[in-house]
Amino acid sequence: MKFKAMTAVAALLVAAPIMGMADEEAELVVNGEIEMVTKTEPPAHLEGALPEIMSGWRFRSDETQQTQMDDFDNPGMIFVDQAQAAWDTAEGSEGKSCASCHNEPASSMEGVRAVYPKWNEEAGEVRTLAMQINDCRENQMGAEPWKYTGNEMTAMEALISIESRGMPVNVAIDGPAQSVWEEGKEMYYTRYGQLELSCANCHEDNYGNMIRADHLSQGQINGFPVYRLKNAKLNGSHARFKGCVRDTRAETFKPGSPEFVALELYVASRGNGLSVEAPSVRN
Amino acid sequence: MNFSRRETLGLGLGAMALTILPMGASAATVDELIAEFTGGADMADTGVTLTAPEIAENGNTVPISVEAEGASEIMVLATGNPTPPVGTFKFGPLAGSRSASTRIRLATTQEVVAIAKLEDGTFARTSAEIKVTIGGCGG
Amino acid sequence: MAEGVTPRVKVPKKADAGEVITIKTLISHPMESGQRKDSDGNVIPQSIINRFTCEFNGENVIDIKMEPAMSTNPYFEFDAKVPEAGDFKFTWYDDDGSIYEEVKSVAVG
Repeated sequence: MKFKAMTAVAALLVAAPIMGMADEEAELVVNGEIEMVTKTEPPAHLEGALPEIMSGWRFRSDETQQTQMDDFDNPGMIFVDQAQAAWDTAEGSEGKSCASCHNEPASSMEGVRAVYPKWNEEAGEVRTLAMQINDCRENQMGAEPWKYTGNEMTAMEALISIESRGMPVNVAIDGPAQSVWEEGKEMYYTRYGQLELSCANCHEDNYGNMIRADHLSQGQINGFPVYRLKNAKLNGSHARFKGCVRDTRAETFKPGSPEFVALELYVASRGNGLSVEAPSVRN
Repeated sequence: MNFSRRETLGLGLGAMALTILPMGASAATVDELIAEFTGGADMADTGVTLTAPEIAENGNTVPISVEAEGASEIMVLATGNPTPPVGTFKFGPLAGSRSASTRIRLATTQEVVAIAKLEDGTFARTSAEIKVTIGGCGG
Repeated sequence: MAEGVTPRVKVPKKADAGEVITIKTLISHPMESGQRKDSDGNVIPQSIINRFTCEFNGENVIDIKMEPAMSTNPYFEFDAKVPEAGDFKFTWYDDDGSIYEEVKSVAVG
């Protein structure tokens, strides 16, 4: 079985890059002031798995990289503006907006993105940022929850992420979150689908290689939600996970499912030390 | 699974090439569009610059820049698109340069053409071949 | 009017008289090309922003005719002369007759 799967990967991969690659030494500085760490030492738990961790930004073409370097070039910022309007708008039975409790995101949301997903003691579960946003909507505002990977949700995640840009991703993987993290790790190395591919087959074993005309990254999620040139909107990490699992020709998990929450925690932890970039720009 | 995959593809521009509508009888050809813009005048090979990536990471959003010293207008055509016109930039009295940048859609690998109408009444033409790749993963 | 259209414009707050400044504009818009079909196979009709203009104190800087080949969430970057203090006015014209406007003031000195 292993042999078959390897053949499937080999058929998809081309070792020699065929696309004009970005300058390997290029550094990401946003608006001329936010210096991003896009390459660094791996966290301790990745010892032996990766020599260094790299943001997906490093795998993109010069043009795509530049789009993320100024907030007026980055189309993802349009949705940050829209989310700021939503932040200030009261909704639901309680007549509250996000601002009613959290004032301005600049003061209340600093550093939040960097530590999510995160154990919630009261609820006794690991929560993603999207889960927390919907918890606020349902239980504080008395409003309808947003679709997990819908435009309102990704925009709000981007608005909150802005206040952590440049800070290192730092999700906790010990304590009460550990068992969920272990589940996520198990998933990361499990082969799925008719192609029998695990996350690791592409993003640990073959990053830097080409998969058809695409440059495989390490699958880091420090830039999520990302504005993709392909669909011209913000995309959440669970939508990306779903796309990846589907591409292995498997039945996929649902965005917001316990499986993807565990996977998000684990994948986020593989990027501990990289800067929060969201909203980033990718192809 | 197949259905949702197809639907997803249908949303992407990758599918554009597959679902191109037949050219309407009224759709102008590249030559006709150029003739209309220049009135049939000759075009110089220098005097206008078109900056574009040799390979676009995604045909849905391809960054391009045009520049022509002394231009009053610059027209851009994507010769391989189902409808070639992309846009025409007209510079006013307060233009700080005769240049502009934008992002365009390219249905396939093709030649993109920029034609400048200069203030002295002459025209200049340039073009760039842009390769459009299809990504590795549909995700 | 296309839903939730939001313009985003970068203009320096201050300039010297006669200075040339760079302006960047983005606007959220699907720029439906008229080339796509929905899941039932019906053509989705074209619905785009077809023109963008920038003026300073009523005088034109740039006037762009836009076609369906412009990307979703159209972006422009261009240069403008600032002869005196005043207002830049940006206008996007939608196929459906909607007009979206944004004004940015520039101080001189």
